[in-house]
Amino acid sequence: MSERIGVYVCHCGTNIAGKVDIDEVVEFAKGLDDVTLVREYKFMCSDPGQSLIQKDIEDGLINRVVVASCSPLMHEKTFRNVCTRGGLNEYLFTMANIREQCSWVHVDVERTTDKAKDLIEAAVRRTRLQEPLTKREVPINPRTLVIGGGIAGIQAALDLADAGKNVVLVEKEPSIGGHMAKFDKTFPTLDCSACILTPKMVSVGQHENIELMSWSEVEDVGGYVGNFNVTVRKKARYVDVDLCNGCGACWEKCPGTRVPRKGNVHEKLSLGPVTSIFIPFMQAVPAIPVIDAETCIRFKNGKCGICAEVCERNAIKYDMEDELVEFEVGNIILATGFQPFDPAQIGNYGYGIFDNVLTAVEFEIMNCASGNTGGNILMADGTEPKSIGIVHCVGSRDKNYNEYCSRVCCMYALKYAHLIKEKIDAEVYDFYIDMRCFGKGYEEFYDRLLGEDVRFVRGKVAEVTEVHLEEAERGKLVVKVEDTLVGSIRRIPLDMVVLCTGLEAHETLPAVANLCNVSIGKDGFVIEKHPKLGPVATATDGVFIAGACQSPKDIPDTVAQASAASSAVLSMITREKIEIESATAEVNEDKCSGCKICNTLCPYLAIKYDEEKGVSVVNEALCKGCGTCVAGCPSNAISAKHFQNNQILAEIEGILRSSSGQAGILA
Amino acid sequence: MATKQSYIYYPGCSAEATGKPYEISARAVCEHLDIELKELADWNCCGATAYLSVEDIASMAVAARNLAIAESTGLDLITPCSACYITLSKVDHYFEDYPDIRTKINNALSAAGLEYKGGVNVRHLLYVFSEDIGMERLSGMVRADLSLRVAPYYGCQVVRPFTERDSPDVPFAMDEIISALGGDVVDYPLKTKCCSGALIGIDEKTALGLAKPLIECAVRSGADCIVTCCPLCQLNLDAYQYKINKVYGTNYHIPVLFFTQLIGLAFGIDEGRLGLNMNIVPYRPAARAKGASG
Repeated sequence: MSERIGVYVCHCGTNIAGKVDIDEVVEFAKGLDDVTLVREYKFMCSDPGQSLIQKDIEDGLINRVVVASCSPLMHEKTFRNVCTRGGLNEYLFTMANIREQCSWVHVDVERTTDKAKDLIEAAVRRTRLQEPLTKREVPINPRTLVIGGGIAGIQAALDLADAGKNVVLVEKEPSIGGHMAKFDKTFPTLDCSACILTPKMVSVGQHENIELMSWSEVEDVGGYVGNFNVTVRKKARYVDVDLCNGCGACWEKCPGTRVPRKGNVHEKLSLGPVTSIFIPFMQAVPAIPVIDAETCIRFKNGKCGICAEVCERNAIKYDMEDELVEFEVGNIILATGFQPFDPAQIGNYGYGIFDNVLTAVEFEIMNCASGNTGGNILMADGTEPKSIGIVHCVGSRDKNYNEYCSRVCCMYALKYAHLIKEKIDAEVYDFYIDMRCFGKGYEEFYDRLLGEDVRFVRGKVAEVTEVHLEEAERGKLVVKVEDTLVGSIRRIPLDMVVLCTGLEAHETLPAVANLCNVSIGKDGFVIEKHPKLGPVATATDGVFIAGACQSPKDIPDTVAQASAASSAVLSMITREKIEIESATAEVNEDKCSGCKICNTLCPYLAIKYDEEKGVSVVNEALCKGCGTCVAGCPSNAISAKHFQNNQILAEIEGILRSSSGQAGILA
Repeated sequence: MATKQSYIYYPGCSAEATGKPYEISARAVCEHLDIELKELADWNCCGATAYLSVEDIASMAVAARNLAIAESTGLDLITPCSACYITLSKVDHYFEDYPDIRTKINNALSAAGLEYKGGVNVRHLLYVFSEDIGMERLSGMVRADLSLRVAPYYGCQVVRPFTERDSPDVPFAMDEIISALGGDVVDYPLKTKCCSGALIGIDEKTALGLAKPLIECAVRSGADCIVTCCPLCQLNLDAYQYKINKVYGTNYHIPVLFFTQLIGLAFGIDEGRLGLNMNIVPYRPAARAKGASG
């Protein structure tokens, strides 16, 4: 046998050595077939550790490598690079995971050591049969698709565009701006949201490197890293964007309405016109209106047409239809953002039942100077409230709804308390579970509020009711709460209650994530590549994430992540090409019967049928080497490179042979 | 309907004592609707919620005995009592989900030569009316003018934690029935708040403090009567109303009916057959709107 396998056992400090008897494992490995060299080291991934392996390869002592250390997710790439540097094909290397799947999860040293031996034997047996593979390179299209035009998408698009790269920004609403465009002030500095966002929105609209597709949705994503084919549906706007100059004559005269007219102050809270032809808010980019076909009188019964009459530029086009646009990009940034939790689900908080129970977004709009209350805090009957309760954690930190903390509510609640005190000096009760003020300047803001005569009540609100038990409660909203600092149940009569609704992943995320082939966690947010070390990447190469689609975030964190995502994309673009994984599936054309079963099985749509040859063909650029087709092929005609049957069987034999005489891994 | 609707009927202890009018009216109304209530043979006390909280396995075995007997009939097990409903449902639920509890219960049952396999469909009488009989059939049977303003009081146990189709926070089954019978449902935000349950026997002051707002809210909303589907709720609101008046200096006298009594009245069934004479605060249809002056 010419195979000379080197086995390198890592202590990982005490992570492995604390539970695995390294000496015993080394002795064991020395006795395995074809193993010519066994070394142990405190940290194999460190520079000296890597050099050990590299030198042994260069000295010709070994021609195959097994590293027994941590998970391949952690360091497979590290050690593959070592092999390459030493002049060995990286596919002649195997990692035995004796940390995450061994020392970290077991207690008994003897049995843990036995399991480590089994895992190493399996790796050695497999490595012996591995074959050298060559990696291929594909070019990267320098254009990027950004999905979502909130602050995350805006920041990412601007960073890329300023670096001279082309960006397509797709936003499903008529204007970019997202939630931030609805805010009045931003915590903790209280700078005006519009003042800091609007310039960025305008830059996006004017940037020569950004193609803005508002009122549009991504319909399909095909291809692979560096070469995605994207189809976008541009929804019919019924207004010609080239002709319209956003003068506003149409929405000023429009008789249709998108909200029920009930004469209640709270029912038409809006930043822009509530007519059927509308822009969502006055700073909209593009400042081109959209017709809401569902409420437009013209679309309902064909009888109106006022907007077309008043439009001096003849920009209104009732016969406009959705348009599908196809283009190619190299990378994608998902920035679909969040949607507020719907508090109507919590019946006992009375949202939707009592007029003066508002959501955070509604209260935000009410506070915004450009909203239709002119920034005045008003009750449904138009009068000013004398007392307001602010309820934290609505739908957050609650096992009935969302278990996670929404991270922004404490701070915006404090902001509301401040704004109320500043504007109307009403009595403010702030009902919190824990005050979480973790960011820069946040604790200081809380401290400032403690001095602003706000009544902080520590306890989760049980219910908001109109049922009065005492005369003082008559006509009020009574908040029932356990005051955990006093240790009693309290009933507090108030004029208005603001529910600090938590953040949920946007409802459009599942569909978009599915198109881009990224996974969603049980909390509903995108799963990042690594929670600490890969926060902007995903398991799919070329698809990055920014903002609240990954987890609830405030504006500073969102902007930071957006810039990080765009810099990750820039790094890809600058490389110009990318190596594609070689461990792909391969069809043996002699065996293939052309049944096409694999064509439909492939989750990456990587297998196509070649009509001429009558066989199925794998597109290696799309194939992820998952092995579904291998298992599904009735003729046994497909094999997975680097995961050949004989390699996997050898690995299983290694485990089953079991050094300890009992199958430790299976136990 | 081609075949007669039949159910296994578990009256519960209240039906034989304080809840007698509930039992009488339920049987009268079901008979009127040609629904057969086959009383569960040799049934025993379900143990109610109190026993379950002090001695779990023993209390579950007590309740499961009824389930074991009902099992062979293959019919839905119906009870008019919310406490029985929640207890039997809970035991069935534990039985399904926890194999060790299942074994222990069956060990206990084997002493009586019984075994429970699981899967009896435990239901509250209210939902037989709202789901199986349906509003159309109910309103079709109405013979008497029921111009009453009714506060529907569900209590806590009938919709929490188990419910067939209703909302646990804002239930509507009884509201629908009242409307179908021609009654006016008043807005009654306390419809699922606790009446104090069995606390009345232990800590009267606290218990009356819980029951009082229920009556007060119904009176304030202009209701002529309160209608409930739970014998203990009815007892607390009806029998203790005078006590509440004494303690709080109020003057409530709002009748508290079982929903089956209301159905019977709307169907034109003779009041004597509905047990109305056994309710403590008297029901006087002629005294409409005078029923309350608290």
